[in-house]
This record gives sequence, C-alpha cells and structure tokens, in this order.
Amino acid sequence: MDLDISQYLNIFVEEAKEHLQSMNEVLLELEKNPSHLGHINEIFRVAHTIKGMSGTMGFHNMANLTHEMENVLQAARNNEIELSEGVIDILFECFDALDSSVNKIVEEGSEITESNETLIKKLSMLLSKEIISKEDIIEKMDMLEIDNYVLDSISKAVREGLNVFQIDFYLSETCMLKSARAFIIFSTLETFGEVAYSNPPVEDIEDERFEYNFSVILVSDTEKSILVKELNNISEIQSINVSNFDVSNFNIINSDDFLEINETNLHEDSILPNADHTDKSEKTNQGNAGKIGKTVRVDIDRLDNLMNLVSELIIIKTRMDDLSDNSSGENMTEAIEYLERITTNLHDAVMKVRMVPIERVFNRFPRLVRDLSKELGKEIDLQMSGEETEVDRTVIDEIGDPLIHLIRNSIDHGIEMPNDRLKVGKSEKGTVTLKSYPDGNNVVIEVEDDGKGIDYNLVRKKAIDKGIIDEKEAENLSIEDCIDLLFAAGFSTADKVSDVSGRGVGLDVVRSKIESINGNIEIESVKDKGTKFIIRIPLTLAIIQALLVRLNEEIYAIPLSSITEITNISDEQIRDVQGQDIFLYRGKTLPIIRLKDVLDIDYNEKSEDLVVVVVKKGEKQAGIIVDNLIGQQEIVIKGIGKYLSSVKYLSGATILGNGSISLIVDVNSLI
Amino acid sequence: MSSSIDNKYVIFKLNKEYYGIPIDMVISIERMQKSTRIPNAPKYVKGVINLRGEVVSLIDLRQKLGMELTEVNNNSRIIVVSHDDIFAGLIVDSSSEVMEIHNDSIDNAPNTNENDNLSYIHGIGKTDDRLIILLELSKILEH
Repeated sequence: MDLDISQYLNIFVEEAKEHLQSMNEVLLELEKNPSHLGHINEIFRVAHTIKGMSGTMGFHNMANLTHEMENVLQAARNNEIELSEGVIDILFECFDALDSSVNKIVEEGSEITESNETLIKKLSMLLSKEIISKEDIIEKMDMLEIDNYVLDSISKAVREGLNVFQIDFYLSETCMLKSARAFIIFSTLETFGEVAYSNPPVEDIEDERFEYNFSVILVSDTEKSILVKELNNISEIQSINVSNFDVSNFNIINSDDFLEINETNLHEDSILPNADHTDKSEKTNQGNAGKIGKTVRVDIDRLDNLMNLVSELIIIKTRMDDLSDNSSGENMTEAIEYLERITTNLHDAVMKVRMVPIERVFNRFPRLVRDLSKELGKEIDLQMSGEETEVDRTVIDEIGDPLIHLIRNSIDHGIEMPNDRLKVGKSEKGTVTLKSYPDGNNVVIEVEDDGKGIDYNLVRKKAIDKGIIDEKEAENLSIEDCIDLLFAAGFSTADKVSDVSGRGVGLDVVRSKIESINGNIEIESVKDKGTKFIIRIPLTLAIIQALLVRLNEEIYAIPLSSITEITNISDEQIRDVQGQDIFLYRGKTLPIIRLKDVLDIDYNEKSEDLVVVVVKKGEKQAGIIVDNLIGQQEIVIKGIGKYLSSVKYLSGATILGNGSISLIVDVNSLI
Repeated sequence: MSSSIDNKYVIFKLNKEYYGIPIDMVISIERMQKSTRIPNAPKYVKGVINLRGEVVSLIDLRQKLGMELTEVNNNSRIIVVSHDDIFAGLIVDSSSEVMEIHNDSIDNAPNTNENDNLSYIHGIGKTDDRLIILLELSKILEH
C-alpha cells in the first residue's frame, strides 16, 4: 500500500500546492469582498478537492480539516453564517495549517502528526452558533417544496390507512461517504414502504450535494417503533427523528396561489445565484485555458540533461566555426550557418521550457503583505504588475527570499504609521509596488514603497555609532557610499529590533544572494517620497554572451552583461593616487584593475597602449586592463567544481571550441 | 564477499612506491592532457581539464604528498576520482593494475606524530611480493 501511494506523492504535492495557491488567492479576494458567492464557491471547490486528494493518500488530518472547512463554507454559501473578519481569519489559519502539512509531506513523506483539533473546534463553533436557525430554515423549506402531486399521493395513502412519517436524518460528521450512507438508508426505508418525498431531492443526495442532514416522507404500513429500531442499526448516523406527518396541517397553508408565488420566489432565489455561479466558473475556466494551456510535468533533471546536450551542440558549432575560418569552402560555411541557426533555435526552445512566470514567486506576497500590515497596524496596498514575466526556473528558486526581505523592509522601515502619513500630507494607506519586466537579457524586478525614504544622515550617524567610520569620514560620505553601508553586514538603521526586521542581517544577505545568481541590486530613494529597490537578474544562468580576452597565453571570459564599454588608453593616462591606479574616463575617475596582477600572471613586456574593458557593478565602474581582445562569444557556463569553489575572482568556467577550458572572471568580486 | 568491489584497489606508482585507491571511488584513468591553470589556487592544483564536457580539477599527488616533483612523461596518468560530490583528477607517475587486497592483509598506517603526510594514508596492504600504500581519499581531497 505504501509503495503504491509513494509514486503518487509527487503528483499529490504538486497538485496540492497549486490548489492551496488558488485558495490563498481567493481567500484574499474574499476578504475584500466577503459576500461574493463565486469566491465562496471557489474555495469550497478547492477545499473539497483537497479533501478528496488527501483522503485518498491517507492524510487524514488534512482531510478532516478541509472537511470542516467545507461545512463552514457551505453554511456561508447558504447565507447561514456571515463571513466576518473573524471567520476569514480562521480560514486563513486553516490554509496555513494545510500549507505546513503539505510542506511536512514534502520533507518527510508524512503529514503533521498532531491533528488540527483546535482549528476544527473553531470551525465547528462557527457552525453550532447557527445550527438552530438552520433547522428552522430546513423545516420551512420542507413545507414549501412539497408539491400538490406529492400531497395528493400522501393524502391517498392516509385514506388507505397507511402511516406517513417524516423522518429527519443527521449523519455523523465523521461520515466520509455521505452518499453511500444515504443510499443504505434509502434502501432500508424502501423495504418498509415508499419514499414519497425527500429533501434535498434524491438526485442531490446521490451526488453528495447535501449537508449532514436530510429529510424524507415515508409512506409505510410498518409501526413507528419497528421502523426506528431498524434505522438505528445503521451506523454513522448521529440522530434520527421520526414523526407522524400531518397532511391536514399542510393543506391549510398550501393554497395554490401561495404555492405559485413561493415557487417563483424560490426559482428566482435559486436560479439567480446559480446562473451567476455558472457564468463565473465558465469565465474562470476560459481564463485558465488561456493562461495555463496544456502542460506536461517534466523532471528538472531531464531538462538539465537536454540543456547539456544543447550546450555540447553549441560548443561543437563554435569549434566548426574555427575550422571553417581555416579551410575555404562555400559549402562548409553554408552548413555552419545552418547549424548555427538550428542550435540557436534549439537553445531558445529549451530555455523556454525552463522558463516559468515570476508569478510563482509573486503570488505569495499578497498574503505576506496582508499579515504584515495587520501585525504592524499599517494600511498597505500592494500593487503588482508584470507577473507574467518569465525567468529561468533556477532563478525562481533563488529570488523568493530576497524579495520577501525587501517587501518586509519596505513595510516595516519604509512606510510610516497612518497618523504620520497624514501629517506629511500622504494618504493613510501606504502603497508597495512590485513590478517585473524584461530588459534585454535581464529581468528587472522593482520593489517600491511610498514611505519615508532613506534618511542618509541617520545612516551616517549610525555608521559613526557603530565605529565603522569616524565623523570626518561621515561628512564626506556620498549617497552611494551610504547605500553601500546599508548593504554592509550587521548594519541596521531601525531603532529597535522588531519581529519583522531590524536585526541587520538583511540587505547584505539580499545582495549576496542576488549576486550569486549574477544579478545586481540598486537603491533609489528620495526622502519622504519613498524608496525603490531595483533588482536586475539574468534571464538565464546557463548560457551567456561573453567577451573573450587574452592575457599572455591564457584566455579568460568576461560576461558581456557587466561590460559597459571597451576603450584604448596609453600608459601615460594612468595616474597613481596613493597606490591606486586611476584614469579619467568620460569625466569620471575610474579605478584600474590589472587583471594580470589579480590572476597572478607575469608581464612579458610593457606596452604603451592598453586595452581597457570598462565594467560595472551597480553604480560602480572600473577599468580592467587586458592584453588584447579575442571577441564576443556565446559561452556555456560550467561550474569549476566543489573542490575549487573557494577560489577567488572566478565565477565558473567554459569550454571553448577547441575543447580547452577558459575561466570566467567574476567582475562583482573584482570591483 | 570476495567478489564484491570492496576489496579491489586501483594500483599506481609514485616515486618508487605503489599506492592504491578503492576502485569504487575511481571514475576513469586518463592520459595526460592540456590543462587550464587556475589562478590563486593552492600550489598542488595543476589546473582544470575538460573531461567529456565536465570541468575536473587536477591535483598533483606528488606535490600534495610532499614529494619531489618530476616532469610529466608518457607514462603519467590522471586517475579521476569522486568522493562526496567532489570530482578530481590525481596526477600519478604511472598506473598499473587493479588488485584485490583483503581486509585482513591490511595493516594500520604507521603511527608517529612526526610526519603530517601520514594522515593521508589509510593503511598498508600486503601482497605476495610488495607493500601497497592505501590512500585516504577524503584527506587527499581536503585543502
């Protein structure tokens, strides 16, 4: 049994995550608009699906919890309870419990052992408050829905001296297969007589479209006591209430006019929301079809394998390129051009398979913002755009944590308390904007708030307090230097450490994480207007454009994304400022980095004309001196292995057309 | 148990002595090839080679074990090993054979405090006519 299930575990987890994600989204929507029937239906549907899935997999705690959620949602759907803030909070708690359950399953293959008893109790409390009024409603509905035909046959039966019973069943709440249970009840009843009427209708009961209770009218020649005894033998029934059905009572109310009016009322009541619902579901279905399309889940290892093969193809292409330069022959050139086109297309295609919309990361933020704003007592409006922007799967996994941190930062440090906002003439509600868009070979993600901005004087003061700089240095500290300080380890401007942030372990981690995926981060901040973090990450991490440069006999690659310009200068233009070589370039002084020094290479001869590759890291620039340029090339990035992972100034290696290895210079660590 | 690979060792020569590495840690044995120097790496790292599309670091075993250095020649081989996610090629003077050495004919490494390099040794295997120094690969692959 265990073996059987384990092979479905991955599918279960994937699907459960998807369902939970949509539950999360709809819950947030529902919070804004608690009476929206479509949303309630959607959550109900999701809860129901999860219940089914987890039940099948034997995760009973999840199944029980979703089951209880269903009850509450069902009640909400029937307008029996109101979805107040409290109720929605409880639903969120349920979501959290389910979420952590799924995570536990991912890690350990089994769900959380403690059952969610407190939550289940909370949920059933919600229901019990309303249970009396619910019964009232059901009873009223009984009377209204019985039509003349049924009444006729019942009266006839009474005249023939048969007993007519109204029987109300309450199934026990732990009953998992309600319709099957009901089926047993019905077949038992039918051994005693005829079920003249049932509420809800038999078809609904068969399809499990009912709560735990249903009522029937039974025409039978059996005594009540025998009937009760027999019915009590059926298990999983909480209570059975058998009463004699009084037809005469019913007839008085049931004048034809009255019935008609009520019927139309009923129709309007029941049909309208239904129509609404179908409309809605159709719309979402269509929306889904457009957005998701048909998908195949593919193991990431297989994709990596495919990717490696494409990489090999690109390498051999480059190799043939080299060969064709030496041999002359038009056919050869043509063939290589053709190969080039194919490899480029193939590369694009494989890359696209690995691409996922950044939505996957973004969609957890509305909840985060909601919780934070509640916790901190700030009103926050989160605006997101560009969720459809696609990035490489590996980037997705890495970018989540830094973004969470930045959003927390914005809400905690950036956005002021509502009162303070009013004082400076802003609206009470703060806005956090999360934006993503492609920019060439990069994806840009911006996190912007309209809060108080960075107080650079405070940064200077803190830096002095912490003994990082002295007062004199502080005076000369430029804004860029201040921003650098913010990214330094252990630096925080928050006056007190809160749950949310202020421990000073933040921005440095954010930056190193982003740099580890070859990205960079910048800050733009205006006092009292707000702060904007701009993150730039490469679309893909596997294949990049690079400039190959020569140093003596060795060839190194510099990622094109960090190069701004290439220029020639003469040796005389270099000035020595206190041991640091600099040169003037477009009105700015740039530090000189002699790559040969850094990479421990001998100088063969001193040359007068120097080739300078101007590189950037965020706002900073520097000039790298190399011997000469080989050219631009598409390179496949390979790791240099765990054994050498601690070697400085290198970010990887690549294999050149001739099969030899060239090392990739890590510009970020040079500047 | 005798047929298991547990007791099989790849034997190679350094200086005049024979050394052994458990065969399950050996990926392949390659001829010497052109390598790319890694700047700022430890001295005994001779660079990286392209091994069928993978980048593999080269370790000069003579240097790592503190022996006198020699030029590589036609007999020199690279033994590509893998341990704990680390792939590395060990440069050796020559590689001869695969040999089975039973656990009961393996003596502990000589135990003196004077020689640091002894920690690289897992034990001494005794066969009919010679002694084989069995290396502790996890130690070799430490920096």
